[in-house]
Amino acid sequence: MASPDKDPSSLSEIELTRLEHSLRKPRTLLSGFLTLVTTVLTFTALVPLFSVVFMLFYRGGSTMFEFSGYPWEWVRWSLFYELPPAAFDDGGGFGNALVGTLIMVAIAALISVPFGIMASIFLAELGAQSKTASVVRFCAKVLSGFPSILAGVFAYGAVVLVTGKFSAYAGGVALSILMLPVVMLTSEEAIRMVPSRMKEASIGMGATQTQTMWYVTLPTALPGIITGVMLAVARAAGETAPLLFTALFSNYWSMSTWSPTSLELNEPTASMAVLIYNFSSSFVDNQKEMAWSASLVLVLVVLMTNLIGKSLSSSGPKR
Amino acid sequence: MDHPTRSPISRPPTPFERVTDRVFRFACSAFAWLTIIVMAYIVLQITWKASPAISEYGAGFLSGRKWDPNTSEYGILPEIWGTLYSSLLALFIGSFFGIAVAVFLSEGYLGNFVFRVLKLFGIQFHRFWGKLPAWSEATLKNLVELLAAIPSVVYGLWGIFVVMPMLREPCNWLHENMEWFPLFSTRYQGPGMLTASFVLAIMILPTISAIARDALVAVPPKLREASYGLGATRWETILSVVLPTASGGIFGGIVLAFGRALGETMALAMLVGNMNTIDVSIFSPANTLAALLANNFSEAGSDEMKVGVLMYAGVVLMAITLFVNMIGSLILQRATKGLKGMR
Repeated sequence: MASPDKDPSSLSEIELTRLEHSLRKPRTLLSGFLTLVTTVLTFTALVPLFSVVFMLFYRGGSTMFEFSGYPWEWVRWSLFYELPPAAFDDGGGFGNALVGTLIMVAIAALISVPFGIMASIFLAELGAQSKTASVVRFCAKVLSGFPSILAGVFAYGAVVLVTGKFSAYAGGVALSILMLPVVMLTSEEAIRMVPSRMKEASIGMGATQTQTMWYVTLPTALPGIITGVMLAVARAAGETAPLLFTALFSNYWSMSTWSPTSLELNEPTASMAVLIYNFSSSFVDNQKEMAWSASLVLVLVVLMTNLIGKSLSSSGPKR
Repeated sequence: MDHPTRSPISRPPTPFERVTDRVFRFACSAFAWLTIIVMAYIVLQITWKASPAISEYGAGFLSGRKWDPNTSEYGILPEIWGTLYSSLLALFIGSFFGIAVAVFLSEGYLGNFVFRVLKLFGIQFHRFWGKLPAWSEATLKNLVELLAAIPSVVYGLWGIFVVMPMLREPCNWLHENMEWFPLFSTRYQGPGMLTASFVLAIMILPTISAIARDALVAVPPKLREASYGLGATRWETILSVVLPTASGGIFGGIVLAFGRALGETMALAMLVGNMNTIDVSIFSPANTLAALLANNFSEAGSDEMKVGVLMYAGVVLMAITLFVNMIGSLILQRATKGLKGMR
């Protein structure tokens, strides 16, 4: 506290004028200018997102929607149940590719979801501090940055060369390699978030660790685990590179009748992503348009899965 | 129930429950171990399948410039060059934008702006409108993250039909007027290094901005406040306090994004032109390791040598990406540890 008799001129050592906030000062100007630059850069970075979405609806939507007649006739449903068109055919659809993608993502999920969740239980609970856990965590992190094409190379060597055939199984194995780290690391995070007093209460009642896991921890962590699974499914559904030479492509249905027993999983299988890739370099307009409408469907499915997955975990348990 | 003091809701586990507990715990650790085994199996499998080609071509494979299945001449120098060049170019564009986005998000510019607009109307603490600043921030963050969710094959398609025609005019102008400059020395043909890197930059931007934002948010607030207290402007604080403190995390994010760019396949296979050329010009078509694998694998058949050379290329790609990813993870780990003492 300054005493009242102190000379006010000693304050001038601070140079009050330098503290003044004035737009004319180069420092303030620079700050404002850089703020402007950052703002512009940020919104420029979002332009591609809007451009992609716009193009999908503009090019893909023009084949998919025709606004005449009754509302249920606005969508060209034949796209969803017809086979891909040959070079100079009209019409056609991507029915078999949609089914193929579903089948392969399902195979991949069947492998990676139980695997990932069991391993994440070990990481988060049973051996959280152990050396093994840190090695496993490291492996999972390395796998999550693993180029997707190499997952395909691996499945080619491990499945295609062994069975001698391109198949949906090989595609599923390749995709499961990509899904595994996502499921494992997000589930571990979700299981860690479960309050320890809930687990302690369960143990205190005489439950074994397994019972605690099944009746307390996993149900509480479920939203987070489902988030991980959905993010993994969204990633796998859009992957092309690992399917190019594991599932290959097929112009036909992977089943002869509408029953699960007639599924031919040991045959080359079509997928949405590979269909887009094949038709993108086509010289026929109909096939190009097909690539766009397939992209629209694929992006809608992937973005939906992604958003639903993320919204689930934000309403998860609080500590 | 014969024991009078036993509470009806708690009891010790029965022998059966003890056994299932043991089994379940064993199964969990078995799956954890399996992760390590799978990782090792992947690496060994690819290396083993590549072994005939490795012993046949040796190190000359890495410096050869020709890829000709007819004469059995194989070399991947153009692919290695293309992979590194396109990734570095993409990293250059992507990190410029990515860090800007991260700063924008971590400073809460949008939220502040919305708050000020609401204040003009005097409803900044309204039950509904008051939530708008936080909501707009979250939406912006999610939009940037959605960029990462779009499948790469869709980016490839978009690149063919939107980016390629869009870049044509400015690139032709650059070539005609600045041909002496090595980067612009060849004609723009559509598919090529610049087109591919441009799309690649968009694909790695979310990775950089997400990790960089985490690093910026983790900077202890007292450092920032101390800087403001000394009279620094917002950008003086960002440039001389916040960014240097977060630099470890940001750099780690850039390295991880580099790893992602190296392994990215589809957009590059569709846009890079698939020509085995080595040229510093950013308009020239090129090839990358991942694109080489994507284009040739399905035709390799069961010929052991044809599969072998592709597997060899896969081993090279795997070695590069694993190395870059490990470096990136280590840098990130160090950066988070370094900040702990400052809290």
